[in-house]
Amino acid sequence: MPKVTVDGIEVEVPQGATVMQACEMAGKEIPRFCYHERLSIAGNCRMCLVEVSPGPPKPQASCALPAAEGQVITTTSEKVRKAREGVMEFLLINHPLDCPICDQGGECDLQDQAMAYGKGWSRYEENKRAVTEKYMGPLVKTVMTRCIHCTRCVRFAEEVAGVEEIGALYRGENMQITSYLEQAVTSEISGNIIDLCPVGALTAKPTAFSARPWELTRTDAIDVMDAVGANIVAQSRSGTVIRVVPRLNDEVNEEWLADAARFGVDGLRERRLDRPFVRHEGRLREASWAEAFAAIARRVEGLAGERIAALVGPMSALEEMVALKDLLTGLGSARLECRLDGAAVGEGAFGDRSHWRFNTTLAGLEQADAILLVGSAIRHDAPLVMTRIRKAVRAGAELLVIGEPRELGAPATFLGDDLALLAELPAGFREAARPAALVESRNARADVLAAVAALGLQREAWNGFNLLHADASRVGALDLGLVVPGGLAALAAEPPELLFLLGVDEPDLGPFRASFKVYLGSHGDRGAAAADVILPACAWLEKPGTFVNLEGRVQRSLRAVFPPGEAREDWTILRALADRLGVRLPYDDLAALRARIAGAWPHLGTPGLAAVPWSAPEAAGHAAPAGPTAKRTAGYYQANPILRASPTMAACVAEIVEGRRPALLEAAA
Amino acid sequence: MMLADRDRIFTNLYGFRPWGITHAIARGDWVDTRELMAMGQDAIIATVKESGLRGRGGAGFPTGMKWSFMPKEPKPDRPSFLVVNADESEPGSCKDREIIRHEPHKLLEGALLAGYAMRARAAYIYIRGEYVREAEVLFAAVEEAYHKGFLGKNACGSGYEFDIFVHRGAGAYICGEETAMIESLEGKKGQPRLKPPFPAGAGLYGCPTTVNNVESIAVVPAILRRGADWFAGIGRPNNTGTKLFQVSGHVNRPCVVEEAMGIPFRTLIEAHCGGIRGGWDNLLAVIPGGSSVPLVPAEQIIDCPMDFDGLRELKSGLGTAAVIVMDRSTDIVKAIARLSYFYKHESCGQCTPCREGTGWMWRVMERLVTGDAEPHEIDLLLEVTTQVEGHTICALGDAAAWPIQGLIRHFRPEIERRIAKRRGFVQVPDALPQAAE
Repeated sequence: MPKVTVDGIEVEVPQGATVMQACEMAGKEIPRFCYHERLSIAGNCRMCLVEVSPGPPKPQASCALPAAEGQVITTTSEKVRKAREGVMEFLLINHPLDCPICDQGGECDLQDQAMAYGKGWSRYEENKRAVTEKYMGPLVKTVMTRCIHCTRCVRFAEEVAGVEEIGALYRGENMQITSYLEQAVTSEISGNIIDLCPVGALTAKPTAFSARPWELTRTDAIDVMDAVGANIVAQSRSGTVIRVVPRLNDEVNEEWLADAARFGVDGLRERRLDRPFVRHEGRLREASWAEAFAAIARRVEGLAGERIAALVGPMSALEEMVALKDLLTGLGSARLECRLDGAAVGEGAFGDRSHWRFNTTLAGLEQADAILLVGSAIRHDAPLVMTRIRKAVRAGAELLVIGEPRELGAPATFLGDDLALLAELPAGFREAARPAALVESRNARADVLAAVAALGLQREAWNGFNLLHADASRVGALDLGLVVPGGLAALAAEPPELLFLLGVDEPDLGPFRASFKVYLGSHGDRGAAAADVILPACAWLEKPGTFVNLEGRVQRSLRAVFPPGEAREDWTILRALADRLGVRLPYDDLAALRARIAGAWPHLGTPGLAAVPWSAPEAAGHAAPAGPTAKRTAGYYQANPILRASPTMAACVAEIVEGRRPALLEAAA
Repeated sequence: MMLADRDRIFTNLYGFRPWGITHAIARGDWVDTRELMAMGQDAIIATVKESGLRGRGGAGFPTGMKWSFMPKEPKPDRPSFLVVNADESEPGSCKDREIIRHEPHKLLEGALLAGYAMRARAAYIYIRGEYVREAEVLFAAVEEAYHKGFLGKNACGSGYEFDIFVHRGAGAYICGEETAMIESLEGKKGQPRLKPPFPAGAGLYGCPTTVNNVESIAVVPAILRRGADWFAGIGRPNNTGTKLFQVSGHVNRPCVVEEAMGIPFRTLIEAHCGGIRGGWDNLLAVIPGGSSVPLVPAEQIIDCPMDFDGLRELKSGLGTAAVIVMDRSTDIVKAIARLSYFYKHESCGQCTPCREGTGWMWRVMERLVTGDAEPHEIDLLLEVTTQVEGHTICALGDAAAWPIQGLIRHFRPEIERRIAKRRGFVQVPDALPQAAE
C-alpha cells in the first residue's frame, strides 16, 4: 500500500491505484474528460495534469500515472493551474460555444470545467473548425463540431458494448468521431454513449430540444423492460416522462442502461387505455367502471372457483400480483400462471426458489472463468447481463453457447443448436473453478434444467446455476407461487370460463377463445384486442411498485407521473373489483398491502438481495434433452406493448433492424 | 578530428557496389556472425553499453541500456520482439534510406545480433511507406539471408531461432514514434500509447518489445567485431562513435556522410559539402538535427561540435543529424511556418494540446510571415508553444513547439520588422529576398 502526499495531505492508496485516485482519496477534485472509471485509460484530454515528484519536470497526466510510494503530488500549484487553463483554452478554440442551443447545456462537463478551471476568455482569433454531422442511428443525435475527441464513445463501443462500430477518422485537428460507414450503431446499449459524452456532441435524438435538465423532476424507479431491474431515474415535466437515464448501482446495472429502457418511454404517451371497455355484441364499447365491474360480476356469479384463472404478464409489480392472487383465492381459484414461455420451474423437482434465480448474481458473473449460454438471445433478453459476460471474457473467461450462432459482441464458441450437447460439454467447462450456466427461461424445460443441474456447477461460495429470465415480473411471480401444475399448456387444454389477463399480450390467446377475458393493462395491444372487458391500469412509471429482478433482488420503484384518463393503479382496481364480487381484500392502502406481502413472503418485504441457499433438485428420471433450442420470437425493440407503442422504437426497427436510413439522408447521399 | 577511412562502418553507403549478399559478405557482413553470437547475450549487451552507443533516431538514449530492460527469460506465451524503426519521416533525414538500399545486410545482421542479445523471437522492420524501392531491396535482402540460412530456425548455425518481418507503413509521420509504430504494426490507427507501461514491459501484442532506429542496429555488428574501445575512441566522451550526417539545403554539395561524432560544423561542411553556398558570410541559420529541433543562428553553430551535448548547449539538439543549412536568401519565418504546417498536418489528433495547438501555431505563423499580426502575438505564440510543449503523450507536441521557440529566440527582430512594415510604421526595404520553398 503506497503512501503518497497530495498537497500536503498524506494518504495511503491501494496497490495499483493511479495518481488521480490518490488525489480523490485526499479529497482533491481533478478535472477530466477522457477518463472514465469503467473504460480503459486513454490519457488524451490532458485535463488532469498534476505535478508529481519524483518525475520529469513537466506536468503528468494523473489518470494514467500509477501512484508510487513517496510521491509528492501537487494539484494547486501555479504550474498546474496554467496547464489546466492551457488545455481548456485549446479545447475551446474549436468548440462552437453554442450552449444556448445545445441539449447538453446544464449537464455539460465542458461547461462546468470551463467555469471552474478555464481562463474566462480566449486568445484565439482564427476561424473555428466545423465538422459535418454524422449519422449514428435513430437514438443518438450528433453535433460533431462540439466533439472534444475524448474517445469515451469509441472505448465504450469497443469495450462495453462489444461492437467495433465507432471510431476516429483522419488525424490532427481534422480528426472526426463517426460510426462505421455512418451506419446506425447496432448495439442494444448504444444510448449510454449519450451519458458518457462529456459535451453536447452526442445527445438523445428522441428528446432533442424538448427540455432543459433543470426543468425536470427526477424520480427513482426500476426498469421493467427486462428482468435485470436496472435502476433508473425517470425525468418528467408537466406530467410527462421526458427521458429515462440510469442510476448508479454497481450490483445491478453499474451505470449503464439498455436502449429499450432508455428510449421506450415515449410509448407511455401512445395507444393508452384511458377508460374501461366492455365487449358488446362482438365490439368493444366504452363503459364506466361500474358497467365494467358489473359485466365481470355477471360472469362470476355462480361460477365454480376452478373455472376461473389468471395469467400474469411480464411487467407486473408484486403488489398487483398479490392483489390478483388474493382476489382469485377469494373466488375459490388457485389457478394463476406466470410462466408464459413454458419454463418448467416453480413446480415439481424445480420448485425451490434457488432453481429460478440468477444464483451467481450479476456482479458475481464477472468472476466466472467459464460461461455456458443455453440459448443465444441474451443480447435481446438482457443486454446488461451480456456486458458482465464481456467483462468476464476480457478477463479470460471462456464463453460457450448452445444455440444458433449470433453476434454476441464477445468471442464465443458456438457448440451447435442442439440441447443434446449439454451432455458433451468440453471438459474445461465442467472442471472450471467458477463455471456459470445461463439457461434462457424459454429453454428451461425440465429435462434441460435437470441436465444443467447435473453438471455440478456449485463450488465453495459459488453457484453457477442461473436462470436467465426476460420478464421483469417473473421471479417475483414465481416466488409468490403463481403457477398452475402443467403450466400454460395445462390451462389451454382445459380453458377456464373466466380468464384474468394482468398485462398479458405476448402468448397466443387462441386456446382461450371461448373464455371470458378480463384485461388489466395500460396499452391497447393484443391482450386488449382479445379481451371482453378492459380495465385501464397504470404503466410502470405511473405507480409505486416492487419488482424482483432475476437475481431475486427486491427493488422499489416510485411513481413519476400519473396515468391518463380514468386509468387507476392496478392493485386498487383489483381491490375495488373484489368488493364488487363480494371478496374482502384485507388492505386499503399501499402500506397495508406491502405489510401483507411482508407477512406472507418475508423475503419480498424488504428491498435488497436475500441469499437463497442452493437446493439440489431431484434431477433423476428425466430423459437427456435433445433438439434445437427455443428461439426468441419478439424483436428487441418490439418486445412489449409499451415498446410497440413507442415511435422511437419504431424508428429503431426501421433504421437499425431493417437498415433503412431516414429519407433525408438518402436524398443527400 | 575527421573520421579515417579505416574507421568507416558503412563502406558501401553510396551504392558504388551492389547491395546483394555475396557483395555484402565480401565487405565483411555475415562472415563471423555465429562467433559474435557465441560471445553470449549478456556480453553483447555489455559491449554495446561500453561502446557508448546512443540511439540514432533522435532522442539519444543509450542503446545498450535500452536492451538491458528486456526480460532475461521471456515466457513462451510472451516472446520478446525487436522492432526496427525504418519509418524515416523527419524532414531533412535520409540516412536510413541509404543504409537500406545500399547496405541492407548490415541492418539484418545487426537485427539478428541485437535480437539475439535481448532474447527476441523476431524482428519487425517497419519501413516508411514512401520508400518503395528501398522496401523492395529489403524484402529481397531478407529473402537472401533466409536462403543462406542466416535467419530462420537455426540462424547462422547458432541454434537460435530468429525471424525478420518487413512491414510497410502507410505514410504517417507519427508512426515513427515508437508506441505509435507498435499500434500501427498491430493493425490499428497509428496513435502513440501512454507510457508506462513502456514497450520493454508491454509492447507489440502486449509482449516485451524494444524499438531501435535503423542506424543504431546497423552499427552493432561493427561494434562487436572491432570492439567497444574502438567505437568509444571515436568522438567525445558520452558522444561516441560514427554518425551519418545528412546535410541538405544551401551547401554546394548536399550529401549523406559518415563522420565522427563531435566533428565541428565548419569541418563537416568544408570537407564534405564544398562549403556554404555563397561563402560562410552568407550563412543565416542551421537546423542541426531534423525539423524537430530549434534552429541555431550562423555565428553560434560555425564552430560547434556536432554531437548530442555540443548542440544541447546551444538549446538545440543533434536529433537525427539531419543538418538543414539555410543561407541569407531564406525567408526564415516562412521556412518555420512550413514546418509548423507539417506538424499540424501530422499530429495524430489524440491529445488536446497538440491537436488544437499545432493548428493554432501554424495559423499565427502564417500571419507572421506576412506581418499581418499584432506585436503582442509574438509573445502569445511563444506562450502557446509552452502550453503544448511537455503536455502531450508523445513528443510531437514538443517537436512542433521547438522550431517556433528557436525562431522567436533568434529572429524576433525580423518578425517585428515585418509587422511594423505591414502596419506602415516604418519604411524598411526587404532585407531578405524570398527563397523558393
